[in-house]
Amino acid sequence: MTGVVIAGVGMHPFGRFEGVTTTDMGVHAVRAALHEAGVARGGFQAAFCGTAYGGVATGHKVLSRLGMTGMPIVDVEAGCASGGAALMLAAGALAAGQYDTVLVFGTEKMPRGIIRSSFFDPWQEEAGLAATPSFFALRAQRLAVTSGVTKDHLAQVVVKNRRHGASNPDAMFQKEITPEEVLASRVICEPLHLFMLCSPNEGAAAVVLRRQADSPGSPPPRSPPHVTLAAAVLRSHLPGSVLSESTPMSGLTDDAVPSPTTLAATAAFEEAGLGPADLDVVECQDTDAARELISYEEIGLCAPGGSAALLASGDTALGGRLPVNPSGGLLSKGEPLGASALGQVVELVRQLRGQCGDRQVDGARVALSHTVGRGANAGVVILTR
Amino acid sequence: MRTMVQPGLFTDGEVPTLLGSRCTACGAHHFPRHDTCPYCATEDPVPVELAGSGTLWAWTAVTSPPPGYQGEIPYGFGIVELPEGIRIIARLTESDPAALAAGQPMELRIVALHADAEGNDVVTYAFAPGAP
Repeated sequence: MTGVVIAGVGMHPFGRFEGVTTTDMGVHAVRAALHEAGVARGGFQAAFCGTAYGGVATGHKVLSRLGMTGMPIVDVEAGCASGGAALMLAAGALAAGQYDTVLVFGTEKMPRGIIRSSFFDPWQEEAGLAATPSFFALRAQRLAVTSGVTKDHLAQVVVKNRRHGASNPDAMFQKEITPEEVLASRVICEPLHLFMLCSPNEGAAAVVLRRQADSPGSPPPRSPPHVTLAAAVLRSHLPGSVLSESTPMSGLTDDAVPSPTTLAATAAFEEAGLGPADLDVVECQDTDAARELISYEEIGLCAPGGSAALLASGDTALGGRLPVNPSGGLLSKGEPLGASALGQVVELVRQLRGQCGDRQVDGARVALSHTVGRGANAGVVILTR
Repeated sequence: MRTMVQPGLFTDGEVPTLLGSRCTACGAHHFPRHDTCPYCATEDPVPVELAGSGTLWAWTAVTSPPPGYQGEIPYGFGIVELPEGIRIIARLTESDPAALAAGQPMELRIVALHADAEGNDVVTYAFAPGAP
């Protein structure tokens, strides 16, 4: 346990917002989180800002609009896991006694179309080897071999998440979709169709963290229920897997190299003193439909090879044993890199407080957030109430 | 004239090869060449030419031009396993996924991507379906 509680959360919806800047969205989310936490100017001693495309001093630009106190502000880039990385740094600083209250936020305005990443060398782009969705497609094809995942399963992931997202006012797509519509959308990279891929987009999310010992009122207030940060872990990759999110140009024929997600999830469960069987609700990386199923296996929600069966059981849909992506996931919300992990955390805090209306997971007490992407970077956060 | 998309990745002769390296301590093969083994951190792996044929492990086709790419679409994209125990990410000459099968033999080719400003063909490595 980190000894850190969530004092407040805030969010700018994910979508496309013409004329709204990265800074505007950050201000919106941060203001909401500070307000909820009852924190005024000077009420936090440091800020960590997740962003990948925001540019120099994104965090400073946001906080300059809200009242500066000279506090340290650190921008954090860890690809899709940027927000998770920021959260880990903040929790560590609080646990070390460096601060008592810290602001963590992420804000992002992604370019349109296939994400151009400075991660790739120019020759890789020129040779057509920087085609991000094609790496997703290769993973999906291997998942068909190892786990019996069919195109119908991939479509079902989209149908599930879009059904969840239909009741999330912060999601980009708030409309259900049928399996037929998913499979009728054009093929981007076989076996992935357009609607099986999330949209890079825009948004912001913010969380105020406080050291438990310094939280006002003991025992903690009951309404809304007190949410504790049980673990916040970031891991990178081990070399060897050709399909790792580190996108190497080669790998070994050894299939036993643990993934970044497995490394992060294992460490997070250990830090929290919990295991997959304790979870009530999960938000996981669903950049594409196959990625959600890979996440089931890598986090340990099922045994290796068991993701198609877990999906088909209905357990991961709202109303099931362990709902995954009740927010609608990235497939409904879209993915603003620096904000996506914290968007998951905001959703899960609200789930644990029972504030999610039609998409509420009844009685949720233990929640896990997972993001993974370029680097490789994998972030796993566990929250409890 | 032909110009390589990046020097040091492959040879462009009658029998092309990929330029890799092999760790003298753990025996792992690398591509592209490394000056430190990524698996055991031993320095100065020996340069090697990797086998020019292998088997298909995973494949798809790219149907929209990715960032920075000026060549034709669609094109094949996949992973070929070489006998050295290494899997290589590469373009494939076959762009119809239905025309390929797991484990089929694949052979290294050097293929043209596009012409540069001087009219030279920019070439890179790719794998083509090979004789069984």
